[in-house]
Amino acid sequence: MSTSAVSLRAVSRHFGSVKALDAVDLDIAEGEFFAMLGPSGSGKTTCLRLIAGFEQPTSGHIEIFGERVEGVPPYRRSVNTVFQDYALFPHMNVIENVAYSLMLRKVPKAERLKTAEAALELVQLGGYGDRRPGQLSGGQRQRVALARAIVNKPKVLLLDEPLGALDLKLRENMQEELKSLQKRLGITFVFVTHDQGEALSMADRVAVFSEGRIRQVGTPEDIYQRPDTPFVADFVGSSNVLPPALVERLAGIRRYASLRPEAIRLGGEARLSGIVVARSYLGPVTRLAIEAEGLKLHAVVPSGADLPGEGDTVGVGFDSAALHLMGTEP
Amino acid sequence: MSALDAGWTPPPRSLGGRLGDLFWRRPGLLVALMLLPPVLWLGIVYIGSLLTLLLQSFYSLDEFSGLVVPEFTLATYAELLRPSNFDIILRTVIMAALVTVASAIIAFPIAYVAARYARGKWKALFYLGIMLPLWSSYLVKVYAWKLILAKEGILTWLFAKLHIAWLLDAILAIPGIGGNSLSVSYIGTFLVFVYIWLPYMILPTQAALERVPVNLIDASSDLGGTPAMTFRKVILPLAFPGIVAGSIFTFSLTLGDYIIPQIVGTSRLFIGQAVYTQQGTAGNIPLAAAFTVVPIVIMGIYLTVAKRLGAFDAL
Repeated sequence: MSTSAVSLRAVSRHFGSVKALDAVDLDIAEGEFFAMLGPSGSGKTTCLRLIAGFEQPTSGHIEIFGERVEGVPPYRRSVNTVFQDYALFPHMNVIENVAYSLMLRKVPKAERLKTAEAALELVQLGGYGDRRPGQLSGGQRQRVALARAIVNKPKVLLLDEPLGALDLKLRENMQEELKSLQKRLGITFVFVTHDQGEALSMADRVAVFSEGRIRQVGTPEDIYQRPDTPFVADFVGSSNVLPPALVERLAGIRRYASLRPEAIRLGGEARLSGIVVARSYLGPVTRLAIEAEGLKLHAVVPSGADLPGEGDTVGVGFDSAALHLMGTEP
Repeated sequence: MSALDAGWTPPPRSLGGRLGDLFWRRPGLLVALMLLPPVLWLGIVYIGSLLTLLLQSFYSLDEFSGLVVPEFTLATYAELLRPSNFDIILRTVIMAALVTVASAIIAFPIAYVAARYARGKWKALFYLGIMLPLWSSYLVKVYAWKLILAKEGILTWLFAKLHIAWLLDAILAIPGIGGNSLSVSYIGTFLVFVYIWLPYMILPTQAALERVPVNLIDASSDLGGTPAMTFRKVILPLAFPGIVAGSIFTFSLTLGDYIIPQIVGTSRLFIGQAVYTQQGTAGNIPLAAAFTVVPIVIMGIYLTVAKRLGAFDAL
């Protein structure tokens, strides 16, 4: 196996008594599109800032392409960052922003303007060089930040909630663009997000963070279909988590299990019985909340005329194979 | 029945409430009411006096009778250009410029630490430290400095104790700015000016530095900027409006002050003192007025240049 683009070994970052990151091990392969997913305060952004060099680990060590980087300042790392709120320099126009890293490296003016313009074209903002960041829309600023981060061809590109401030339509466009940009550049992308849909649709692999630890690393399919822990099942897939006592009755083994909302069938061979407490229409599918066995189960079923309404008693059915067994820890 | 079932109740229709309704319907009325006193003050008392002053400067003084001749003439302004008067202007402007530069250099690190590193209690302590000198009388401070700088003062004693009295002597021996002791030299005047006006430079600089988002500094570092480069290319340009704002204070305050150079320094006059003597002892109101116009014109030029430099772009 070749060296990883980024690897973390037992990395911790403590702020006083708060363990923002606690003994994390992680390997990110070269050329990978890697997502760090987790709720706010889970440590994913701290992890990103440690790789970028804005924070130093309390313990453990970090390697970027095989080189230890503890104590190496951000400006000596071949890593660039796209910041959550873009962090464009307000006193410079777009082209000066993009050419900033080249200017610091004393690249001759004509050459750096040419390179910066090429980077702007790559993000479809050719000809916008003269504008000020303040004159651009959120989506355009995002692209400028992206162009600025890739203009010097970093080995690893870090993206901190890159799409968080964009509206849905723009976000979907940018997702595709980021993906194709990454393929074209061949740079390792590491991005932080709290949006599981974004992580699953864009990333080659996903690490799920919670409370300063990585709960699971795997392909989107792994994470979604075969969560290791109730947390991952709930956070990533909004899966129903069944407690050990219930699972013992259903499958004969005392473990936590996850059950995907779309795996639930109504009617037919019922394995549980419950009452519909909420119904929301989502277009092609309808989402039902069903109270059964003291649990609130979510089911996603095809929309149709014969769906039960609130207060109706329904039978909950599913294939045994749909019941994914996890550990005994909550 | 819960407490929430009582239904919607309107706010009371008291006098204040009805006044509020009126202002809500006519927002211009409230703005006009709030602006009226300051506009009256600025328009009549301030601008009015300024125009009268300007008018006075175009009159002249009859040498024999000592009376003001209310006829338009540029003779008074011509008088300003006489070497003895022009020296005063030059001396004051150079002093104001030096005080401003020195204040900016001393203020910046203090403001930087306060803006970037001080939090909570330390920040309060910073403000206290900066503002505390402003609470005590200006005269007390200036006289205290006179004692500090005097030949028998603590500074001379300190230099002697450190066996570097020769250094003080060497400084005092510098022709032009030296003197018998620091308290009767331009160096002394300069030191006191810097001390007295420094808070006015620190506060706007600190405010400007505080507004520089930390992530811009991170971004610069991320893109390959060493701390020195980040300082030059990001922090300084973004803090520049604050420094200019501070310099407007230090520069104009030094231009107009007449007490500090009178207590600490040589017997040679600064603009403020010239105004004081011309309108007081000499009774030459037109010349005093002309002298007063000088700082106004200089500040006008100064602000124009600052604007050209883009000092107000980030406001």
